[in-house]
Amino acid sequence: MRKLALSDEILMSVDKPARYIGNEVNAVMKDKEQVDIRFAMCFPDVYEIGMSYLGIQILYDMFNRREDVWCERVYSPWPDLDAVMRKKHIPLFALESQDPIREFDFLGITLQYEMCYTNVLQVLDLSGIPLYAQERGEDCPIVMGGGPCSYNPEPLAPFFDLFYIGEGETVFDELLDLYKGMKAKGASRREFLKEAARIPGIYAPAFYEPSYHQDGTLAAFTPLEEGIPQKITKQVVMDMDHVCYPEKLVVPFIKATQDRVVLEIQRGCIRGCRFCQAGQIYRPTREKSVEYLKELALRMLKATGHEEISLSSLSSSDYSALQELVNFLIEECKKRYVNISLPSLRIDAFSLDVMGKVQDVKKSSLTFAPEAGTQRMRDVINKGLTEEVILEGAGKAFEGGWTKVKLYFMLGLPTETEEDCRGIAHLAEKIAKRYYEIPKEQRNGKCQITASTSFFVPKPFTPFQWAPMCREEEFLEKARIVREEIHAQLNQKSIRYNWHEADVTVLEGILARGDRRIAPAIVRAYENGALFDAWSETFHPEYWREAFAHCGIDTDFYTVRERGEEELFPWDFIDIGVTKDFLLREWKRARQEKVTPNCRAACSGCGAKCFGGGVCYEG
Amino acid sequence: MKVRVKFAKTGAMKFIGHLDIMRFFQKAIRRAELPVAFSEGFSPHMIMSFAAPLGVGITSAGEYFDMELTQELPSRELKERLNRQMVEGMEVLSVRRIPEGKASKAMSLVAAADYLVSFREGMELTGWREKIAEFYGQDSIVIMRKTKRSEKETDIRPWILQLEARGEGIFMRVSQGSVHNLKPELVLEAFARFLGQELAPMALLIQRLEVYAELEEQGEKRLCPLEDLGENIE
Repeated sequence: MRKLALSDEILMSVDKPARYIGNEVNAVMKDKEQVDIRFAMCFPDVYEIGMSYLGIQILYDMFNRREDVWCERVYSPWPDLDAVMRKKHIPLFALESQDPIREFDFLGITLQYEMCYTNVLQVLDLSGIPLYAQERGEDCPIVMGGGPCSYNPEPLAPFFDLFYIGEGETVFDELLDLYKGMKAKGASRREFLKEAARIPGIYAPAFYEPSYHQDGTLAAFTPLEEGIPQKITKQVVMDMDHVCYPEKLVVPFIKATQDRVVLEIQRGCIRGCRFCQAGQIYRPTREKSVEYLKELALRMLKATGHEEISLSSLSSSDYSALQELVNFLIEECKKRYVNISLPSLRIDAFSLDVMGKVQDVKKSSLTFAPEAGTQRMRDVINKGLTEEVILEGAGKAFEGGWTKVKLYFMLGLPTETEEDCRGIAHLAEKIAKRYYEIPKEQRNGKCQITASTSFFVPKPFTPFQWAPMCREEEFLEKARIVREEIHAQLNQKSIRYNWHEADVTVLEGILARGDRRIAPAIVRAYENGALFDAWSETFHPEYWREAFAHCGIDTDFYTVRERGEEELFPWDFIDIGVTKDFLLREWKRARQEKVTPNCRAACSGCGAKCFGGGVCYEG
Repeated sequence: MKVRVKFAKTGAMKFIGHLDIMRFFQKAIRRAELPVAFSEGFSPHMIMSFAAPLGVGITSAGEYFDMELTQELPSRELKERLNRQMVEGMEVLSVRRIPEGKASKAMSLVAAADYLVSFREGMELTGWREKIAEFYGQDSIVIMRKTKRSEKETDIRPWILQLEARGEGIFMRVSQGSVHNLKPELVLEAFARFLGQELAPMALLIQRLEVYAELEEQGEKRLCPLEDLGENIE
């Protein structure tokens, strides 16, 4: 039997000890003496969040198919255990073997959101790995980053040996083979990193140096040695039916946030909403075939025993065989007493029919994401949804018995006026009105409209990467305007309004478009006690305020400043296929309130066609 | 057909709580593709009933749940198919047919359980072996029991059915279930007080050995392991 890294006393004293013991169904156990490479895969947040993330399950499965690799998992210890580990000097360990991370060859960390950056430092720190890559010795694991935030890796660059830009399924084998070969030959850490930097999609920050203009903007980003590429090209999978996909997902004992089979149906999105980073960096849109998905769904249900399945993609309604797939799942799941958790779908006859079949109409709610309150604003952000479509969809749903509607909006979008903010209230009011048009005897009491707003953060590789971001006070003022306007509506009693915190949004904005000069402030915030910043109960903005002040960083430079068209961005050395010219064109069209058609309606020449597949070559 | 599953929970699995063990079995039953019955209604669930929840940190050699099958299968096959879906520390020991009807539900039958309690190294109560018979020989053992509203004196002696040294530890049979439910920790706390000592936190290693139902035959009551109420399916 395995010996656990933590004693009974510790496990009994912390919340949810199941987070730390491994041993789950489908977890992979190997003999460490029989493998060449030990890989620790980390999601830097608590277990229940990390276990819900499909990307790690994909790579975990792919790595462990190799006989020479044992890939294990590690998550952020919750603050209760974090304190015990520091006090008792217990090193962070992997769940499967319970061995210290420090003994591994690789520590791979997925970067899904900016607010996990202090948790990245926690994982390094508790593992006994120096925070700064340049201080790491020959016996330290190679620390590697990946995931959406690695599309602007610069704020974290000093902490990582390598970043993987793009989809993990493509060149990881090459990297692992290289490592194995060089390790056998006794090559040094630096020699390996330099060789790795030549693999497409691999970025080794130590071999690059930024220089800055007087005004603080980036002047140049230069490779320091011969043979180090100027540009890093994002890696994408083009054959979606033969890409490695795990059937035997690891099944947690405790309820994870996603306690179900997640079936990824496509990658990328045809829509091109101008605020959305995922919509650009995952281009081109690539679908999996419906036949393959049907087979996969059943195999995954059998291998996990999950009682629920959901579909995953950026915009499921755009999947071309959605009806066929959903109808198949409804039929098969019914036989097996498996629930279907539907993704948010465009509201039409088909989706209402499907929702009526798989949900309890009285309890479930309709979801719309208009993102902005007026048509003008929606044209700016290129969100094709119109008021007529929303009202028609809501009307059909109300007639079908639904009474609850959820609406999602953003505040602080470029060019936004007070009128645009008020438009949120007006749209909610029109939906409520539509409900009360139904004769009283035919409706189910009152309707319940919930409008939620989040604050907009401009992200790299979007048309809004040039845009200034609002200040905290401006965000809150906008939320106040929306709240007041909702209160002024006739049907205000049927409308609820929620808004996000603004301080965490501003921090996200700094980190999202930050550069290497931010890194010391992340360390300082961490030393001040910042950890689990993504959790409102553990987020302390004062730790960050002190850190930026201490490091002499003017945060306005990263947030409220409008960037010039010619400015070189810290992330420009990454080539995502979509060109900067296209993004700039889109930024201009946004300000002209011009809509750009989706990829299936017309090609706008974004540049992603260079990958040679997907929606660019349909039909 | 109703069947009763007996299983053991050891090692790291002691950190998995009762509700999560139920979820674990629900998924294991699906993976094993057993013909299990579901309830009616909008969100059907497996028809299952667990006996006497086990606290986190306690291992067990005798845990039980009942489930309803829509098709008869031999005990041996059911046990093997389930065991193929277990993880380290979980083992199905038997699957047996039990009589239909609410009265035979595992949960409502539980009357007593056996435990083996030992001390972690260096945390023993001094001289416990010599004093255990004397402690058990008392007419009453009064402890302060915390209820939701107040603390009240309770005599736990009637609920200790057996108590003796066994091997390195202490064996006890105590009342369990919906009428009287005595936790082995409480017995040890009372014993420590009797010895004039303090029980260190985490001093005990507790293992449940068996769970019993109370049967009444010809006016005489006797305890019977839950497993023995079922019969082997050929």
